[in-house]
Amino acid sequence: MATVFEKPKSLTDAPFHYCPGCPHGIIHRLVAEAIDELGIEGKTIGVAPVGCAVMAYDYFSCDMIEAPHGRAPAVATGIKRSRPENIVFTYQGDGDLASIGMAETVHSAARNENITVIFVNNAIYGMTGGQMAPTSLPGQVTQTSPYGRDVNHCGWPIRVSEMLATLEGPEYITRVAVNNVKNVKNAKKAIKKAFQNQIEGKGFSLVEVVSACPTNWGMTPKQALEWIESDMLPYYPLGVFKDRTEKGGCAQ
Amino acid sequence: MADRILMKGNEAIAEAAIRAGCRHYFGYPITPQTEIAAYMAKKMPKIGGVFLQAESEVASINMVYGAAAAGVRVMTSSSSPGVSLKAEGLSYIAGSDVPALVVNVQRGGPGLGGIQPSQSDYFQATKGGGHGDYRMIVLAPASVQEMASLTMKGFDLADKYLITSMILADGTIGQMMEPITFEDSEPTVYEKPWALTGTECKRPHNVVNSLYLKPEELEKKNFDRYEKYRVIEENEPMWEEYMMEDADLCVVAFGIASRVAKNAVAEARKQGIKVGLIRPITLWPFPTKALRAAADKVKGFISVELSMGQMIEDVRLATESKKPVSLCNRAGGMIPTPDEVLAAIVKAEKGEF
Repeated sequence: MATVFEKPKSLTDAPFHYCPGCPHGIIHRLVAEAIDELGIEGKTIGVAPVGCAVMAYDYFSCDMIEAPHGRAPAVATGIKRSRPENIVFTYQGDGDLASIGMAETVHSAARNENITVIFVNNAIYGMTGGQMAPTSLPGQVTQTSPYGRDVNHCGWPIRVSEMLATLEGPEYITRVAVNNVKNVKNAKKAIKKAFQNQIEGKGFSLVEVVSACPTNWGMTPKQALEWIESDMLPYYPLGVFKDRTEKGGCAQ
Repeated sequence: MADRILMKGNEAIAEAAIRAGCRHYFGYPITPQTEIAAYMAKKMPKIGGVFLQAESEVASINMVYGAAAAGVRVMTSSSSPGVSLKAEGLSYIAGSDVPALVVNVQRGGPGLGGIQPSQSDYFQATKGGGHGDYRMIVLAPASVQEMASLTMKGFDLADKYLITSMILADGTIGQMMEPITFEDSEPTVYEKPWALTGTECKRPHNVVNSLYLKPEELEKKNFDRYEKYRVIEENEPMWEEYMMEDADLCVVAFGIASRVAKNAVAEARKQGIKVGLIRPITLWPFPTKALRAAADKVKGFISVELSMGQMIEDVRLATESKKPVSLCNRAGGMIPTPDEVLAAIVKAEKGEF
């Protein structure tokens, strides 16, 4: 009998600890499928963040390291510069990548570090119980913005992809979402391209994945996916913000 | 016999690291250690190595963490305020049991402090600095020759025990020039089956990690690590004794302070005072046995330090406070003169501690 569906080799058998309706499981799977399809499982090294995906090292079957909060791109830089023949990726949330780790993010992009960054933006700190993130929307109610995010008090959410795309350094910056089948398919393509770029030595590739946090948003999984469409995507539009190859640019 | 060459202390560290097989250096500019980075920037690209100037001390120590986990000999160097920024990474490196070499060419503090030599990061180096229960092997060179030899030894100890070796130097030794010799020897290569190299689909995945959510597991990790530390305390203390055979007073000093103290001890001997010197070379593990043995022979100790008195606490602990300990110190970038140390010796000779 033909196999029509199976677990990617790049995922272990460990059950995910994520909340019901959390898209981390989908995004893990997309990363694992991309690694499988490119045949790079045996030479991939993953860097887990601090945040909900902190235990990603239990879920991916490639070699893994757990980085301090926000430092994943620096840790990945150390690995990649030591073993350029390996494929190195980070998997980070919005607090990790866009708040405490912003310097590491910007400078690894500016150096066009030949790594792949999977950036999961769900507009909230999940692991610590739902605090305001650098990407929380204006008016968004969180544990630390209980009256809604007041932009006059704590500023505006950061559009990471648009900001990084202003740099000369990075190869590929794109934003995708996982709120419906079509978007999930596009996310898979983007993630695969971000790994393919590294294989080809093209440099820093970041895929921002707009995701949901039903638990801390106080929504059902279905409502959360709808909120991505109605509230997240107008502020965080999907698209490719930088692709040096497409522009016929100067890939090394 | 290898050639004798004239080198600056900081350059000696860099050259020794290359000779020890280090091909990966990540750092951030700060006075007074910049010659290390400059030397690496010049040399590494010529020998297939990596020099990378990071965006911060925080990033550079995390690059070290990644490279160490990937199984290569790796180092960073900085000076006091920069080492404070590295504290997070040092804790993760300790908690993940990967080997690294970190150099601190100390300057005066706290805060931005100054850029003149100091030994006031003794507590930070020997007692922690970062969070959690951990130790680093702390090596304190007192000459340009030792800047080189302790760097090489530091890499070996790091690989042998899967620990951070810190070279705790100071601005004086970093900046001064002395003739040194490099012995021709091949670096020892250690097997690193735990390293992140890619599984090649032939083994279970390696995980480098310091997170253990089950308290029983984390406790066991800590107890196991402290067993390793106990072995290091047993086997690795290093110290130098000078004129201690018949001494009834003991000066304790490390690094540049020990150079000044040695002159003072020689001068005191000329005046007929039976004084000797114990110079800790490893600050952790502290040469406790040597100090404890001296406590049975001498009537007191004088701790000579470029700080407000930090090592003195370890001298009291090591000697179980059996004999009085006085402090002869300068701080903030000032260095005591041999006469100042001699005055402290003369005072101690009269029983004034």
